[in-house]
Amino acid sequence: MGFLDTIFGRTKPVQPKLDDLFGLPSAAIGLQAATGFTPTGSGSVCFRAVEGKTFADVQSEVSDLLNMDSERPGGGLPVEVTRDSYGYTWLVSSHMSDEMDTLVTDLHAVNSTLVDNGFGPQLLCTLVAFRDSQERRLGLVYLYKRGTFYPFAPASGQRRDNALELQVKGAIGADLKFEQDLERWFPVWGAPGL
Amino acid sequence: MARTRYAPDRGLSVRMTLTMFLLGLVFVAFVAALIGILSALRVSGGAIIFVAVIFGVGSAWFSLFYSDKIALRTAGAREVSPQEAPQLHGIVDRLCAMADMQKPRVAIAPTDMPNAFATGRNSKNSVLCVTEGLMRRLDDNELEGVLAHELSHVAHRDVQVMTYASVLAIIAGLLMRFAFYSELFGGGGRGGRRGGNNQNFFLILVAIMVVSAVIYAVSFLLIRLLSRYRELAADRSSALLTGQPSALKSALVKVSGSMARIPTRDLRDAEPLNAFFFAPALNLSSPGGGLAKLFSTHPSLERRIEELDKIQRQLGQIAPLN
Repeated sequence: MGFLDTIFGRTKPVQPKLDDLFGLPSAAIGLQAATGFTPTGSGSVCFRAVEGKTFADVQSEVSDLLNMDSERPGGGLPVEVTRDSYGYTWLVSSHMSDEMDTLVTDLHAVNSTLVDNGFGPQLLCTLVAFRDSQERRLGLVYLYKRGTFYPFAPASGQRRDNALELQVKGAIGADLKFEQDLERWFPVWGAPGL
Repeated sequence: MARTRYAPDRGLSVRMTLTMFLLGLVFVAFVAALIGILSALRVSGGAIIFVAVIFGVGSAWFSLFYSDKIALRTAGAREVSPQEAPQLHGIVDRLCAMADMQKPRVAIAPTDMPNAFATGRNSKNSVLCVTEGLMRRLDDNELEGVLAHELSHVAHRDVQVMTYASVLAIIAGLLMRFAFYSELFGGGGRGGRRGGNNQNFFLILVAIMVVSAVIYAVSFLLIRLLSRYRELAADRSSALLTGQPSALKSALVKVSGSMARIPTRDLRDAEPLNAFFFAPALNLSSPGGGLAKLFSTHPSLERRIEELDKIQRQLGQIAPLN
């Protein structure tokens, strides 16, 4: 926020940064090599829906776009729309575990549709799910406004496996732009698709 | 090219700038008047002015620096961890991630009065506080709107802006009091020491008192006006951040409705914090129209809802190209 923004008491909605998302497929390979976590093939985009019909139209446009893909071979399952207890909407896209590229393309389609319609500031995060042989769950969360990634590993109850999260950061921290401010690694309990 | 629905509210910006300009002008007029009085009567009344400036700036600095602690203490609030209040923290986490801002500390005040405030000298030291009454009365969407409103106060640095804006009023108020007391008690002694200057000294004190009183009154009204504009700006940013102007409207209606039923004793306790509350604890705007509005720290409910209606329409439009 600049000086003038303080004087005028205004905050411009923050536009999302989308490009870094495409670093995910190669980082997933690095993650598997270093820690044994493999992609489950599902990923989700989380955004705050705007009231009114305009946004509802855009949202159904996104769903239609992704479902059109799912009818083709290798297009994955139909997209799943859920609303979490905070009122945020999650679009879950499910693919085979080796289709990381198509998954990221799907997620990016959601982003760009929202951005093209002027709803870019409503994007919160994107989450790609991983799992290891001991069935431990791990999500790589991409923060749109920061353009950074952080790991989220839910343990039993409302606890996080901080050791695993830091291990992941150590393993692929150089491949992806990781969030350096640990206070911004906010938890996404019960995130759909994780 | 990205489209954006965001359009700055130029009218509000212009009005806010004008108010701040007038405050600056009042400040200049004040200094000029003081210099004028002193040089016309060829007496140095510098001592009390110096003391008033030191006290005024000192107390403003103190209240700014310790604003978070003072406010929490006054409200009887307690900071809560994410484990104690997971839903509240979750809402704040998400809002901060959406707005790309640092997360403030979160506190809960055990009062039934539905309200919220944010305070702190900078974003690192801010505290966001909600009362239990607010959490009980509002649903999550409405609570989110209120929290986004308070986060906007933090982002706009309203505590700082309002403190700087009120320094002049504090100094003028102090001078007025000092001049009054020295007239009562100090006049004779000073005059004796200074020989024939007794008459002049008395005149000076009266003049300083009158000027300070006028400056105090004018800057008080301007500060209240500025405060109302900052509230509208925070409402606006909140609605744009959450995309739910209607949830904020409904929160405003709920909070204002139950504010009226609150006993007076609570209201008096809440007075010092009033400027940073979500809705004013002293409900000035409802009974008497025009004059009460001038003194209010918050715009009327109708005005706030009207402004949110505009944003609602804006969000429903086809976005223009950026």
